[in-house]
Amino acid sequence: MKPLTINFRSKAAQTIGDEQVQNSLEHVYTGFYQGRINAASDTPNWEELRTKGKAIKDHTIAHLDHYLDMFSEKVEQSGGTVFFADNAEEARQYITELAKDRDIETVIKSKSMVSEEMSLAENMNDSGFETIETDLGEYIIQLAGETPYHLIAPAVHKSRKDVAELLDEDFTDGDRVPDATELTMLAREQLRDVFARADMSVTGVNFAVAESGSIVLVTNEGNGRMSTSVPRIHVAVMGMEKIVPSIQDLSTMLRILIRSATGQRISTYVTMVNGPKTPDEEEGPEEFHVVIMNNGRLKLLKDPLLRESLNCIRCGACLNACPVYRKVGGHAYGWVYPGPIGAIVTPVITGLKDATNLPAASSLCGACHEACPVKINIPRMLLELRHKTAEGLSDPDERTSKFVERAIWKTWRIGMMGRGRFDWGARLAYLFMRPFSINGWIKKAPPPISGWTVSRDFPLIAGKSLKYRLKHRHKKEI
Amino acid sequence: MPETSNNNLGTQSVTLFATCMIDQMAPTVGESTVEVLEHLGLQVKFVDQQTCCGQPAFNSGFRSESLPVAQRFLELFEAVDGPIIVPSGSCAAMVRNFYTDLFRDDQSLVERANTLNERLYEFTEFIDRFFGSDAIAGSCDDRVTYHKCCHLLREIGIDEQPLEMLSNIDGLEMTPMNRADVCCGFGGAFSVKMPDISSAILEEKLDNIEATKANRVVAGDIGCIYQIEGGLRRRGSTIRVLHLAEILSESIRNRKTGKATE
Repeated sequence: MKPLTINFRSKAAQTIGDEQVQNSLEHVYTGFYQGRINAASDTPNWEELRTKGKAIKDHTIAHLDHYLDMFSEKVEQSGGTVFFADNAEEARQYITELAKDRDIETVIKSKSMVSEEMSLAENMNDSGFETIETDLGEYIIQLAGETPYHLIAPAVHKSRKDVAELLDEDFTDGDRVPDATELTMLAREQLRDVFARADMSVTGVNFAVAESGSIVLVTNEGNGRMSTSVPRIHVAVMGMEKIVPSIQDLSTMLRILIRSATGQRISTYVTMVNGPKTPDEEEGPEEFHVVIMNNGRLKLLKDPLLRESLNCIRCGACLNACPVYRKVGGHAYGWVYPGPIGAIVTPVITGLKDATNLPAASSLCGACHEACPVKINIPRMLLELRHKTAEGLSDPDERTSKFVERAIWKTWRIGMMGRGRFDWGARLAYLFMRPFSINGWIKKAPPPISGWTVSRDFPLIAGKSLKYRLKHRHKKEI
Repeated sequence: MPETSNNNLGTQSVTLFATCMIDQMAPTVGESTVEVLEHLGLQVKFVDQQTCCGQPAFNSGFRSESLPVAQRFLELFEAVDGPIIVPSGSCAAMVRNFYTDLFRDDQSLVERANTLNERLYEFTEFIDRFFGSDAIAGSCDDRVTYHKCCHLLREIGIDEQPLEMLSNIDGLEMTPMNRADVCCGFGGAFSVKMPDISSAILEEKLDNIEATKANRVVAGDIGCIYQIEGGLRRRGSTIRVLHLAEILSESIRNRKTGKATE
């Protein structure tokens, strides 16, 4: 997917002004966020599970090569094929070549964020393979020609009316908007036929278990399970960080993933796939391929300050908790991964230069860190990226800060390095601001504070500092 | 006269780190902090040369500008003994949690910061730890709601303690705020760099505040206080925002003068 991170601010402003999308985003809090809070409080050992989850991920990422080797060996032992793709282009090529070679006509896809990195559905369609998304949200997004809005709820920004119009222009019956069940039934009818004729499927991978060579899918719609069982060829695509060492680890990760994502204790379907059908099995795909993709992940792995971002299990909890995501929506982030975790991985994978606004767009409130099932310290990494863009000490190319900004902070430093200057600077600011103030507040301030006064009054600096007031105070008995 | 002079602190003297914003923009919050601490029987020292902990530049990514300011803070406060009280969750979090990152190229600085942090407390945290959340019994007749400032809540871990302190004030009526733990949108330089996003987050906070029908909002960080009060004033609202230290000192004063209904 072509990164459009450079448009962050205009996209964000557009979403903030869109009342319908703002209403939809409200459900992210009342639904998903509250769901996670409730599920966590119903789980007595929740904090223990998070600690365990973090330990599993820390360990796996630290020994990633070992577990990737173990996993691919196991997949091959059970008759599958593993392909390591260095980037999205290589992954796409492998899948397209495979489809060509096996005379494929129709490809069904289940939900996969990694496939979004490749813009796989779009590219396969362009190459002449009918490729249909089968996750309901993804199907809606495909019909709309958009990209996913949320890690687990790709069409969360669409209203029921939008969905009805996308599924069938003639479906809306006057002013009556069909309910969710009717819409699902309609999509189901449209997709049934595709399932029946598909000869290849591409699915995502929630976890890949190293010791057994299994891939695991967590879904609520059943489309994932049909995708892994109906077509004669199954291709699973995954980022290289999706590995867990053992089945036992998997059980911990499933517990925290599902509760953090939807607030369910377990999803409707948890599907484990171990290779293609064996000679004594009657059903299942004849071929099973796993595409393991790097696409910038090694860059994260090599950076000790950002490596923790590879612990992410894509549950979406940080998006739901984030006050910024809930206002600017998913498309503002300009690439596959939105929200707080997107603000870290997107700049590193697609280039920090165009994505400077992503780490900057945070109040550092820490709600993401608090929500993360594997305790990823997202604010800390956002600060690291801000450091890179401000000063570019490790890579001068990454410095995008403007001269004025650097001059402001230099001046700030000089002012803070002595009490005399500090008081003198405050005095000057006070005298300058006072004429613009009414009762100690300013309605319209010049830059750099003009941004503040678009929606807030700005307080006038006090005429006398605390130091002065404490020196001159008459000891009041209170 | 102080009501309480017994504490398990082992000293009667503390040092105030006012923070740059309280020092120059909200000195009355600093005075209130001093009054509350004195009410608890403590003598409050003020380091005359103090300015800032370095957080603004650090948060904006300008670590090489932040570093000397942080180092200066460290040196100034190493020179005084006893507990250091910070009436700001955000500045306390900077020193406690983020100096490790800022100083990482010089481990001796990290160790010195760790040593200093053994005696550095955020204001609410300090009172709760050494005097208990029921140590201050004042009175006032306001209808009050409490906003949980992010760094105080998530970096320092102060959650319900301020509510307990407020519930101890005679005549004060608490009214709970919906989503009290959701950010107000301040975020330091973020509020002027991305005003449209910061404002959109603030508007939700203001709606939740107005729905409480409180006449005062209490919070623990001056940045958030100005963000919220600035927004309320722009709306023409008469709701005012106070630092926890302000309402505590006011309620102590009311108790002394017999003001406010019981």
